[in-house]
Amino acid sequence: MSSAIRIEGVTKRFGSVQALDGVDLEVAQGEFFGLLGPNGAGKTTLISALAGLVRPDAGRLAVMGCDVLSDYRAARRQLGVVPQELVFDPFFTVREALRIQSGYFGIRDNAAWIDEIIENLDLGAKADTNMRQLSGGMKRRVLVAQALVHRPPVIVLDEPTAGVDVELRQGLWNFIRRLNRDGQTIVLTTHYLEEAESLCGRIAMLKQGRIVALDTTANLLRRFSGHTLRLRLAPGAALPDALRARLSGDAGGEHVLALERCEDIEPVLASLREAGCRLDDVEVGKPDLEEVFVRVMNSRQ
Amino acid sequence: MDGFLTLLYKEILRFWKVSFQTVAAPILTALLFLLIFTHVLEGRVRVYESVTYSSFLVPGLVMMSLLQNAFANSSSSLIQSKVTGNIIFMLLPPISYVQFFAAFVLAAIARGIVVGLGVLLVTLWFVDLGWQAPLWILAFALLGGAIMGALGVIAGIWADKFDQLAAFQNFIIMPLTFLSGVFYSIHSLPPFWQRVSHFNPIFYMIDGFRHGFFGVSDVSPWTSLGVVSGCFVALSLFTLWLLRIGYKLRA
Repeated sequence: MSSAIRIEGVTKRFGSVQALDGVDLEVAQGEFFGLLGPNGAGKTTLISALAGLVRPDAGRLAVMGCDVLSDYRAARRQLGVVPQELVFDPFFTVREALRIQSGYFGIRDNAAWIDEIIENLDLGAKADTNMRQLSGGMKRRVLVAQALVHRPPVIVLDEPTAGVDVELRQGLWNFIRRLNRDGQTIVLTTHYLEEAESLCGRIAMLKQGRIVALDTTANLLRRFSGHTLRLRLAPGAALPDALRARLSGDAGGEHVLALERCEDIEPVLASLREAGCRLDDVEVGKPDLEEVFVRVMNSRQ
Repeated sequence: MDGFLTLLYKEILRFWKVSFQTVAAPILTALLFLLIFTHVLEGRVRVYESVTYSSFLVPGLVMMSLLQNAFANSSSSLIQSKVTGNIIFMLLPPISYVQFFAAFVLAAIARGIVVGLGVLLVTLWFVDLGWQAPLWILAFALLGGAIMGALGVIAGIWADKFDQLAAFQNFIIMPLTFLSGVFYSIHSLPPFWQRVSHFNPIFYMIDGFRHGFFGVSDVSPWTSLGVVSGCFVALSLFTLWLLRIGYKLRA
């Protein structure tokens, strides 16, 4: 089985900016994949190259085994892209826009599928409304709908939830999760790291056009982030010396201790007891992607 | 529907939805030109022996409206799509650059013909047009619309702002159409300006088009056909090349 996305040695320079600097990446069919990185890291350029909107200076990209340049027609049929910008054609209604988009992909009669998408994205009440009259969130849903009209096996969402309210975010993710369960490959870029953490099975982190971390979400969390124990000692109490080695942060009278595993809590509490430290408050922190992200981005790669 | 047909349909639907602005307004403008110029010049200027000034003027106005609107259609559609960003909807699907070109040019011809027909219809009862050789009329209408449609594609792709497109329109297209013999026969010009006019391709479009109505023209319609066809081929090849390399569309 060919991979959903295969990117080999892709570089792209815009003037003096090296937007992509030798990116290799493979996404298997059926994955829910996250592409993370700060602004300007090259995420959108990489997606644009995959969609044929940007031509790489070197390297190859393929979608479902179809080269995006030499076999662009087949490659584009396999790919649905939800662009980051909130773009729309002010001349048409939602349904017209979806019918036209279907036609661009050579689909003659797509009414049944369009109805289904409209219903799933909760656009029914606005189906015959002109695009201009929709709210930002509604326009965002139409963008998702437009990316799905040709039932692409690979769907790329470039920051689909930027500036979108909670309700829509939930609805959108439920729908995308269902598509993923049905076998569609999903690639997602987002700045909401908790979203990526809960949705993506595997994550690549991009920095200055290079992939600086690539692993399953679970492995990344394990490797770069651990549990933490946040202690607030009673007034007058001092942290025992034995625990100073674990200290990863000290703020506002709180000590943050790093733990490799959950089980490390027990010996920490034991040494506090032995030292006679009284505690005002204790909080266990779970590993999170934000910490992973910050560490990866700050490391000198 | 096939991608090309859909794009063509969308481009036609786009101007049709705002036809008051894209069709009715230019028809009114042409009618105003006709009223003013015939009021001032009818009876004082006779261009060809058998043709009154108002009759002479009408085909010129029809063709001028056709050309300007064909240009406006492809150029304004492209610049709007670029500025608002929705051009991405046309760039993501498997539409080839040849299909892209053909759809925009054909839609431009369609708008040009609709406006041209409109001008013709409202001026029909003012003047006698002869209708000597309808095939010439059709040939120059189609070729003229295609050339301006292709030019509109070039301008729409090149311009980054509405401002630049307006400059293209006002400083290139308008002078070329106004100074092409719409309102006069170039034989009425001093020899130097007659020679200059021969370098204006729009002169040949209008002269050949007018020949179809009256059977008389400043130059042979075959010469005009040659020049106009040559322009069409050259401009099309250039536009297709721009689209193929993705100039300003695919970075």
